[in-house]
Amino acid sequence: MHKVRNLGIEVSLGISEAVKLADVDAIAAYPITPQTHIVEHLSELVADGELNAEFIPVESEHSAMSVCAGTAAAGARTYTATSSQGLALMNEILFIIPALRLPIVMTLANRALSGPISIWNDHSDLMSVRDTGWIAIFAENGQEAFDLTLQSFKIAEDHRVLLPISVNIDGFTLSHVIEPHEFLSQEEVNEFLPPYQPLVQLNPDKPVSMGMVGIPEIFFEAKKAQDVALIESKAVIKEVFKDFGDRFGRYYNVIESYRTEDAETLLLTMGSISETAMEAIDVMRDEQGRRVGLLRLRLWRPFPVDELREMVKGVKTLAVIDRAVSFGGTGGPVAGEIRSALYSTADRPYVASFIAGLGGRDVTVKDFMDMAALAEKMEAEGEIHEYKMIGVRE
Amino acid sequence: MDALNVYAAKLAPQQESLAPGHRACQGCAELLAVRLVAKTLGRDYIIANATGCLEIVTSSFPHSAWQVPWIHVAFENAAAVASGVEAGIKSLKKKGRYPVDRKITIVAQAGDGGTVDIGLQALSGALERGHDFIYICYDNEAYMNTGIQRSSSTPYGAATTTSPAGKESIGQVTMKKNVAEIAVAHDIPYVATASPSYPFDLMEKVRKAADMEGPAYIHVLAPCPTGWRMAPNLAVSIGRLAVETKVFPLYEVVNGEYRMTVQYKHHRPVKDYLKPQGRFRHLQEKEIEFIQQYVDASYEKLLKKIAMSEG
Repeated sequence: MHKVRNLGIEVSLGISEAVKLADVDAIAAYPITPQTHIVEHLSELVADGELNAEFIPVESEHSAMSVCAGTAAAGARTYTATSSQGLALMNEILFIIPALRLPIVMTLANRALSGPISIWNDHSDLMSVRDTGWIAIFAENGQEAFDLTLQSFKIAEDHRVLLPISVNIDGFTLSHVIEPHEFLSQEEVNEFLPPYQPLVQLNPDKPVSMGMVGIPEIFFEAKKAQDVALIESKAVIKEVFKDFGDRFGRYYNVIESYRTEDAETLLLTMGSISETAMEAIDVMRDEQGRRVGLLRLRLWRPFPVDELREMVKGVKTLAVIDRAVSFGGTGGPVAGEIRSALYSTADRPYVASFIAGLGGRDVTVKDFMDMAALAEKMEAEGEIHEYKMIGVRE
Repeated sequence: MDALNVYAAKLAPQQESLAPGHRACQGCAELLAVRLVAKTLGRDYIIANATGCLEIVTSSFPHSAWQVPWIHVAFENAAAVASGVEAGIKSLKKKGRYPVDRKITIVAQAGDGGTVDIGLQALSGALERGHDFIYICYDNEAYMNTGIQRSSSTPYGAATTTSPAGKESIGQVTMKKNVAEIAVAHDIPYVATASPSYPFDLMEKVRKAADMEGPAYIHVLAPCPTGWRMAPNLAVSIGRLAVETKVFPLYEVVNGEYRMTVQYKHHRPVKDYLKPQGRFRHLQEKEIEFIQQYVDASYEKLLKKIAMSEG
């Protein structure tokens, strides 16, 4: 029987403890705000002999991801963490990791991309690497960050998957807050997550060539295989979520829902603003009697198309809150994705695209209530729009 | 060439880990050097390869020329990938999860572009962190894979497609960056220059580098008939001329101590090295004289370092 151990700890440190419990073999990282507390704590754990791993303090994020490619190719369980500009500097290598089928786990402490330079939170960093082929998962609070970090190793390293994963946590608003965590014991983790067994590794006893030239006769097939692997990883993700839930009592879903029963209007969020959105739902339901609910997208890639279509059935209005701009585009990146996923369905809801909370701008309970009301009005009037920015001075 | 009395061509290892059938140009001295490295290290090494000629000609899927584990990730990060392979294996060995107990050498290999320009940061980082690996730069003095564009390793006066000789230019107007000296400045155990025209000297240096703990850097001059605009059968002799004219002296730096490994009593004029190469054909006497002076001065600097080492 799983015994509960409670601990109040900073979310970044909780993630580091999860990485330690996963008994990673190698960590390569470069410091960037607001990811720093994670790698600082991991360095301490290695220095104190509590974590038996190689910590490689690289000279840039480009090298961080390149070193990770090397450690993972050698067959080591590999972890890194970054944010914003660091992720942007890694960009070139991010595309190559899934093509090499290397199961690296990376915490992404989401932070706005420069400029103007900002250390505060939004999702522009992740959106800039949308098409790199990584699995992308969102955590909303410390417990989720801890649990999802552990589950990510199991998902990534599954031989049916062998893809890298980014576990997204909002910078500062989540990374730097102290929250109650239910920890797992080393024995429990060992049973859930045995050591990584690479399918192929760099070993002179059995030489392999990795990262060969893709001539036109083979390139397309390689890309198709990669796409199929990412799409099919969803089944394994769900399987691991269920296994984790059965063992430890905390169940995860690719899309989480909150008070969606009989809802005519749904808000859709990713990340830690979802907790504020829940409060707004409570006020609207309990004090105003409105039929509103919340969808929280946990899995950004592979995009849970079927689950989304199922969950919006019968809904009149869907208000999607993006935390990034697709400049000159047709909507926030998440809203665009959702419109595209729903376009071919018969009874699709009206999709309002809102962009809010850029660069650390607060998104308040009132903002969510306003967005719900505005979306309903737009739906009623059949307003044709691309996107609206909320909470910005004009 | 200490061990010349020991080495003879027929005593060189028979085993090849670079298979024939790769797609290098005729007379490619880079591949010749790579083969000598492969002969030296046998099957006990792992390669992290940068993007470039070497990667392209040896790894066109599904044909790989490599009979040792080989990974290519990108252009500028061979040193970082090699760092990772080294650290990953170290970690797994500590935990008893890496199946090989013999010593495995980790080799990062890149061209001059991937080393002296775009890869310099990753190289410096890996040397500074002290990973146990060998970094080998095969320097053919320009971006040959993309079509002979200048790099910071292209020598003064050489015409390339982005440093063409013209009415207003003599071609490359900057001096070749000395990355072996940059490696020395990292205070690493072993740095050497080498040339496939001196196969035993090269092999001995690779062996030394492999046997030493910590990072080693070997800078190999790899004549490129295609890019240097010369006949393919000249690659080996032009490599010798580079040494005989002091343009590319062969030396090593062991724990900071300099030593010339190939000595000539009399040196030939640089003109003998420049003349057979089409990339220098536009140079006039005046410029050749300038290059001669520069080569002499650089060589003197090196001799002083050697003299200081001999103390």
